[in-house]
Amino acid sequence: MNVGNVFFAVCSVAALVGAICTVLAKNPIRGAMGLLLTIVGIAGLFLKLNAQFLAAIQLIVYAGAVVVLFVFVIMLLGPDAGHAEQKTEPTGRVLRGFSGVLMALIAIVSLVLVLQSTATDKPQRFGHVGPLHGSVEAVGQQLFTKAVVPFELTTALLIVAVVGAIAVARSRHQTRKPKQSPSPTRRFFHGPLHPRDAGRPLTGEEL
Amino acid sequence: MNILGNVVEHYVLLSAIIFTIGSIGFLVRRNVLVQLMSIELMLNAVNLALVAFNRRYVGDMNGQAFSFFIIAVAAAEVAVGLSIVLSFYRLKQSVFSDDADQLRL
Repeated sequence: MNVGNVFFAVCSVAALVGAICTVLAKNPIRGAMGLLLTIVGIAGLFLKLNAQFLAAIQLIVYAGAVVVLFVFVIMLLGPDAGHAEQKTEPTGRVLRGFSGVLMALIAIVSLVLVLQSTATDKPQRFGHVGPLHGSVEAVGQQLFTKAVVPFELTTALLIVAVVGAIAVARSRHQTRKPKQSPSPTRRFFHGPLHPRDAGRPLTGEEL
Repeated sequence: MNILGNVVEHYVLLSAIIFTIGSIGFLVRRNVLVQLMSIELMLNAVNLALVAFNRRYVGDMNGQAFSFFIIAVAAAEVAVGLSIVLSFYRLKQSVFSDDADQLRL
């Protein structure tokens, strides 16, 4: 066991524990923390795979923006976001459990099949890579030469997502009725109505 | 020399496990926030597989460029999804997808 093996083991265990926490958490804020643990673990695996640029992007975008957005929305919803899931009708619960078990069965069976079919092959170690593999220069060159059209489309996607998010999340009760003075006399006289109010500032809506 | 973490199979195995956890969470949980987090888990698992295969078959940076796009799309998806969650909560005072049963405003 050298440092790389230990690093891989620690990062993969962190990612797995975070994923299980995310799914099992009763409180969504704990789920968000599990998601954060998974993201940090996967960023460490990116570092192990010589993808330094993607590790940085992963930490900035996911840990810095996505998880913060989740936590922000959970805080905004308050305690309603953390209520225990209410009991639904039995057919729905049975269907949910059945779909979960079916998904797990499919995954386990396919994993066993794949492991059996590749058990005879000797696993091939990663080859040597140059120092530029995964650097900002290499990924940027790929992005701006071969993948320039999707890159430009991503900018359009992001701006549409920003506008759409604002449009969807905005409250519908924004239109306020124009304010009217409470009484017609206040609309008539733009000054103190009584000599005793002569020195006081006006507090009505006309100002 | 230990091969732990130095072959592509380990990464793909881990990626498959995380993807399965995410999909089960999406199917079983009814809290919309947790469902969105499960989607994030699945996207992360796919990213891990792409980067691992790019490390195995070194030639160009196609896998990492794909991961970059997936990260961008995931960020946009989370922004829109969470705003939909807020709008839904304003409508029904609930964050459970069982309550989204009206199909109209």
